[in-house]
Amino acid sequence: MDLRLSEEQQQFADSLRRWIEKDYTFEARLKIIRSDAGVSQPAYAALTELGALALAVPEEAGGMGGSSEDLMIVMKEIGRGLVVEPYFATILAAEFFKQAGAHKPILERVAAGDMKLACALNEKGAGHELFNIGLAARQDGAGYVLNGAKCSVVHGGQADGFVVSVRTGGGQRDRDGITLVHVPRAAQGLTVTDFRTFDGQRGADLAFADVRVPASAVVGQAGQGWDILEAVTDYGVALLCAEAVGAIEQANALTLDYLKTRKQFGVPIGTFQVLQHRMADMYIHQEQARSIAVLAAVKVQTAAPDERRKLVSAAKVRVGKALQFVGQQAIQMHGGMGMTNEMSISHYFKRLTAIEMTLGNTDFHRSRFISQPGFAAV
Amino acid sequence: MDLEYKEEDLRFRAEVQAFFRENLPKELSDKVRARRHLKREDAVRWHKILAKKGWIAPGWPRQYGGTGWSAMQRHIWAEEYALAYAPPTLSFGLNLLAPVLLGFASEEQKQHYLPRIYDAEDWWCQGYSEPGAGSDLASLKTRAVRQGDHYIVDGQKTWTTLGQHADMIFCLVRTSAQGPRQQGISFLLIDMKTPGITVRPIITLDEAHEVNEVFFDNVKVPVANLIGEENKGWTYAKYLLGHERTGIAAIGNSKRELKVLKRRAAKARVDGKPLLQEPQFAARVADVEIELMALEMTALGLVADGARSKIGPEASLLKIEGTQISQEISQLQLESAGPTGLAFDPAYLDGRTEHAVNGDDDAAPLAAHYFNLRKITIFGGSNEVQRNVISKMILGL
Repeated sequence: MDLRLSEEQQQFADSLRRWIEKDYTFEARLKIIRSDAGVSQPAYAALTELGALALAVPEEAGGMGGSSEDLMIVMKEIGRGLVVEPYFATILAAEFFKQAGAHKPILERVAAGDMKLACALNEKGAGHELFNIGLAARQDGAGYVLNGAKCSVVHGGQADGFVVSVRTGGGQRDRDGITLVHVPRAAQGLTVTDFRTFDGQRGADLAFADVRVPASAVVGQAGQGWDILEAVTDYGVALLCAEAVGAIEQANALTLDYLKTRKQFGVPIGTFQVLQHRMADMYIHQEQARSIAVLAAVKVQTAAPDERRKLVSAAKVRVGKALQFVGQQAIQMHGGMGMTNEMSISHYFKRLTAIEMTLGNTDFHRSRFISQPGFAAV
Repeated sequence: MDLEYKEEDLRFRAEVQAFFRENLPKELSDKVRARRHLKREDAVRWHKILAKKGWIAPGWPRQYGGTGWSAMQRHIWAEEYALAYAPPTLSFGLNLLAPVLLGFASEEQKQHYLPRIYDAEDWWCQGYSEPGAGSDLASLKTRAVRQGDHYIVDGQKTWTTLGQHADMIFCLVRTSAQGPRQQGISFLLIDMKTPGITVRPIITLDEAHEVNEVFFDNVKVPVANLIGEENKGWTYAKYLLGHERTGIAAIGNSKRELKVLKRRAAKARVDGKPLLQEPQFAARVADVEIELMALEMTALGLVADGARSKIGPEASLLKIEGTQISQEISQLQLESAGPTGLAFDPAYLDGRTEHAVNGDDDAAPLAAHYFNLRKITIFGGSNEVQRNVISKMILGL
């Protein structure tokens, strides 16, 4: 057992952190999120240059074939730096193609940084149930015709293409009959409504009106998309946990700094025991979240499905608790200043809250954890 | 990263499991499993089995009988120890006094006391706490006044765990009232049979006799029983409190108790359905299981090869989380008994009757266990004091 990062991994993390500290400062980020585009092409190019995109792509498609553990390191720095670029959306969509073992040209373009992707998985009224799919794909010759809608597609407005979960058979909540298709941004009949999300990122609603895709657009096997959908989103959850841990660590660091410098009644507020104990609890949450996030990220790609579901859901539950406690208490400890949009702590709180609502919240994953066969096996 | 146990660690685990299987008397593990009170002879019997194997004092240097195990091996040992339902060892001599002797005692004192601890010839108890002191240890008042080659000790200690069985007590005593109060404290070993010592039981809320008050009235203690230098006792006490304690998170214990909880909750019925399938109860079980998974990773991060740091102030995190988890599991276990858990049956707990009065042997000890476990967030430095340690030593507040 050895829980250290390799020298290579550490160097990768350091170079990302240096870039963030130099070029992706809080002020630079504020400018980006307040711009019309909401994202920064130079920043995306820098991420590409650093190798963060290639890392997510297999070597045979021009990438570096990084493991989930490698990606965890990237996501932790992205969390620490509150990077709003469409990185996670792109690599998560790429993971679909990767696990399906096809679509090499798309992956090549992702690695080169000239194709952004997004995952269109959510539907209104489905909550966090990704198998609850109403978007219909009717077979038409060799291809499909899509009619329906997807909602809250993270960085949908910035994507060149989408991985979309559609229903080609079965009932609304069946695991069977789910198909994953690649839909280009330019497809006829596709309407993308771009909006801001509360954490400074972008989201989009997608409307499909007779959108035609060829049979070659299917990612994996038609009608049998659930296994990949679940495996890829579990991979995504593990990475989101890593991002949350990066943000939690930074939120704690900012709060600690504030406790040491802000004075009240003539002394730094960090001399008050009630705040010391709260900060100690925030630290404990951070360490517990970090531990289980590592466990999930290291094992998400290699564990058998039952074990993977258990670990990933456990991680999202524990990280979910930590991010709520740390986020809320960080604001409380900053007092009135924490309520202002000018302080970076409020932006950490917002991003952490968004992570809690992405790919299943704490309650959803707790239920999923309980429903795994291992839970009641005594 | 490598999250798998090494081949040699797996082999070690198998060896430890085999040892427990072959050497732990069933009467003892049954007693621990049933949570019935252990007697002095139970503890000594088990101690001698471990001593014979050479595994009684894993943390000691090899020359005195230590095992030379790595941090990971000691972690595995602690886990398997709990899973085997083995009785606790005589911790006060082995884990608390011995490090102080090794660090600060004279060669003669080491030669005399260490082998006796190893062979369970002396049962030690600890004289640290005093009435009104609690976590403010340095406010202790028990006086030791030097008269020739003796100290005369007067005062009172409290919360003296298992002092009713003890042959010897190691005490912090005040030898000077000059200067800062930490600087007038000495570390003294006292024979419990010395005239002037009275031990009075304290019955705790679970109606058990585990802790005592110890009174000293004109007690003559040879100066030869002083450890280290006079008035330097605080240094030794701090060393003892900060000494690395493996298994502080009680992860093996909580794993074991979580299984017990799930077995109970799978058997118990609510509206004909297993309690473990009742959504609110299942959610609480899931939360504590997940917390334990995270804590195990946190602990492994500290003991694995290439760990980021030695266990220092992080031990406080392990204590806070580990004790909270233990308490939560004990609460869920008690709740799983429903109204059956109300019966209190001292005769059964003491081993005077074979079966519980209400016919549910399994449920009988749950309440007492739940009440008894309230102590773990208080002793060994309360969890509030552990939060002080984290905020000072780790966070720099």
